Amino acid sequence: MERTQQHRQVAHMRQSLFDQGLLDEQFVQLEELQDDANPNFVEEVVTLFYRDSARLVLNIDQALDKSPLDFSKLDSYMHQFKGSASSIGAKKVKSECTLFREYCKAGNGEGCMKTFQQLKKDYAVLRKKLETYFQVIFHSLLFDKDGEN
Amino acid sequence: MNLGSGQGSMSTASSSGAWKAGDVVPDQFPAGLRVLVVDDDPTCLMILEKMLRTCLYEVTKCNRAETALSLLRGNKSGFDIVISDVHMPDMDGFKLLEHIGLEMDLPVIMMSADDGKHVVMKGVTHGACDYLIKPVRIEALKNIWQHVVRKRKNEWKDLEQSGSVEDGDRQQKPSEDVDYSSSANEGNWKNSKRRKDEEDDAEERDDTSTLKKPRVVWSVELHQQFVAAVNQLGIDKAVPKKILELMNVPGLTRENVASHLQKYRLYLRRLSGVSQHQSGLNNSFMGPQDATFGPISSLNGLDLQTLAVAGQLPAQSLATLQAAGLGRSTGKSGLPMPLVDQRNLFSFEAPKFRYGEGQQQQQQLSNSSKQMNLLHGIPTTMEPKQLATLRQSAQSFGSINMQVNAHGNDSSSLLMQMAQPHSRAQILNETTGNHVSRITSSMGQPVLSNGIAGGLLTRNVIVENGRGAGFNPVSQGPSVVEFPMNHTAELPGNSFPLGTNPGISSIQSKGLLEEVSSEIKGSRGFVSSYDIFNELHQPKSQDWELQNVGLTFNASQHANSIPGNLGVSPSVLVHQVFSSGQKSGQNMNTPVVSKAMFSVGAGSEHGNTHNISQHLNTLVDSSLRVKTEKILDPSCEITPFPEHYVQEDLMSALLKQQQEGIGPVEGEFDFDGYPMDNIPV
Repeated sequence: MERTQQHRQVAHMRQSLFDQGLLDEQFVQLEELQDDANPNFVEEVVTLFYRDSARLVLNIDQALDKSPLDFSKLDSYMHQFKGSASSIGAKKVKSECTLFREYCKAGNGEGCMKTFQQLKKDYAVLRKKLETYFQVIFHSLLFDKDGEN
Repeated sequence: MNLGSGQGSMSTASSSGAWKAGDVVPDQFPAGLRVLVVDDDPTCLMILEKMLRTCLYEVTKCNRAETALSLLRGNKSGFDIVISDVHMPDMDGFKLLEHIGLEMDLPVIMMSADDGKHVVMKGVTHGACDYLIKPVRIEALKNIWQHVVRKRKNEWKDLEQSGSVEDGDRQQKPSEDVDYSSSANEGNWKNSKRRKDEEDDAEERDDTSTLKKPRVVWSVELHQQFVAAVNQLGIDKAVPKKILELMNVPGLTRENVASHLQKYRLYLRRLSGVSQHQSGLNNSFMGPQDATFGPISSLNGLDLQTLAVAGQLPAQSLATLQAAGLGRSTGKSGLPMPLVDQRNLFSFEAPKFRYGEGQQQQQQLSNSSKQMNLLHGIPTTMEPKQLATLRQSAQSFGSINMQVNAHGNDSSSLLMQMAQPHSRAQILNETTGNHVSRITSSMGQPVLSNGIAGGLLTRNVIVENGRGAGFNPVSQGPSVVEFPMNHTAELPGNSFPLGTNPGISSIQSKGLLEEVSSEIKGSRGFVSSYDIFNELHQPKSQDWELQNVGLTFNASQHANSIPGNLGVSPSVLVHQVFSSGQKSGQNMNTPVVSKAMFSVGAGSEHGNTHNISQHLNTLVDSSLRVKTEKILDPSCEITPFPEHYVQEDLMSALLKQQQEGIGPVEGEFDFDGYPMDNIPV
């Protein structure tokens, strides 16, 4: 029962992440890659993403502080960031990246900054939610291990 | 084909040998495919690795292009296919693509989050065998083995064709699909590859990339001399014996010259072929895989229409084109490629092209079959008309550029991109590839490559544009440039379009191309002499020799200027390369070209410095190659297509070379550094 509940909780959480538009099909790809050889693959990838993209976020922040704005550099950073985010299936963050790039192309500094603020928020929210999600999974596994409790 | 069961069998581990050795167990095919994946993004790299392993491939990952190149160079036959990201900090993915194409002739798949048409086109023109949009799905990776099989099959076919005939035959490479089915089948492809190797050994063409016989190193200087001799005699009358006499280089044999000539002809042919599209010259450019050389032939006229078409080619059609192109181009048919074929060219018909080119070679050249292979797409036999056309096109490059600019279309925009930065290219026109090689050498090799490439690019660009692929321009500029190098090589004579090797980017001077190709890989089939480069690369010292040769050549001239040049811009370098041949005015062109080429890419490339050195290597004639290789080694892998090179790279490359070891150079030229035994002739 506990186990079932745990599983249901996991499933529910997972579904809501998709429903809220935070994750897309690519995340499912990651889940499918997870196997016995890499049982925590998804979590590892997400962790790696957040760790690696932190520097990009920092770079972009710094670049946005400069004046005048170097749009091509910003665009380049964002391109990298977008590639990374899309590889983990971060749907909302990815769309913000796209928007940011459009502002870059248009040379719209304001737009860039606003978009980036929003992007950082969504990026942080997603991280939290995923952390919680992984914890719930972890707990559910504990229950599994212990057998029926 | 028997694919399927690969999934079930967990024999991935064993496969490393399986693929090569031909012992592949059919059931496991394509399990064990050895993939090298390059991406600076660790997240993507981790995901890709996992996906590839799930496909039962053997995966090696690296996050830097240079690392990838050194891995590949260190183990030439250690990988079956390479997957690379487009945007990387240390080297542009397209440059890496060029290098790999030139040196190792492996199929390369590009990936990017960028799905813009231009970028995809750039991939095509640079000879990528596929282009994946990120995020990559595992389904997309499951079928990458097809590229390996296809390439081997084509190479094999090319070998056969080129091996058996003189130049003329080569051109005709009918699209035989005979081997296809067999090669596609379990392990057959391996056999075909092996056969190719055997053939290479047995036949005169000793240029198979698989062979590693020591070959004469065609330094930039040497190549320039060669080109001068050829021009003096007239391309039609240029026979190895006479060329040899004119060159008067001790230690050089007729065979060396013959094989080099073969490659050169291919290069020229390729150049003119690109323009054929426009001028009807038809060089059967088979669109080397790596570098869509084919398009270059239509240098003569920017075929904007083609370009437009090209521009519109969706990535998806790449495969189609490829297939189409494969069928066609393989035949080395030095034949005029119809527009359609040209498109295929984009798709990577490099391998075919190579062989085809060889066909045009003269009989003497046939000996240099090996060389021909190197030439990949270098139209060795450049018909006078073609040459003229190229020249004209080169000259009109400037105007073309204008024209290109005029067209705002997507496709043309590509060209335009190319064209624009190519004001230099115009200069190229002047040089018209006469002394591309020269230029390169003067630049201190790195330059050469740039210059040549630049020059080539411009040529190519023009041609390409015509093709529709805007070969050069297409890729956003610089990248294209690189590639065109190969093509450009075909441009009037000087640049030896290695053609087949995208990376080779028609090495500026003809010699370069050859040399480049040789470096790039024996497989390229570039001329056996080019193999020297390959070999040279291996032993650093040797490389230096070659490089030095080129360097010395250039060094003396430009040693000082080079550093300056590097910063200057590829065009300058190119200039040198080109100008070497032409001598004075040329400098201008070359650099321009390279610049154009590079600049095109330069703009986009951030890591040009690295590239430059890399590029330089490629650009530079074989000798340059050698050098560049050397130079690059320290800094980065030589990227055949010095997109970035143009400016910074050249300089740095040059500088490096000089620093590294120009030493033997002086003496080298006397072929100390030339492993002459391979002369295919």
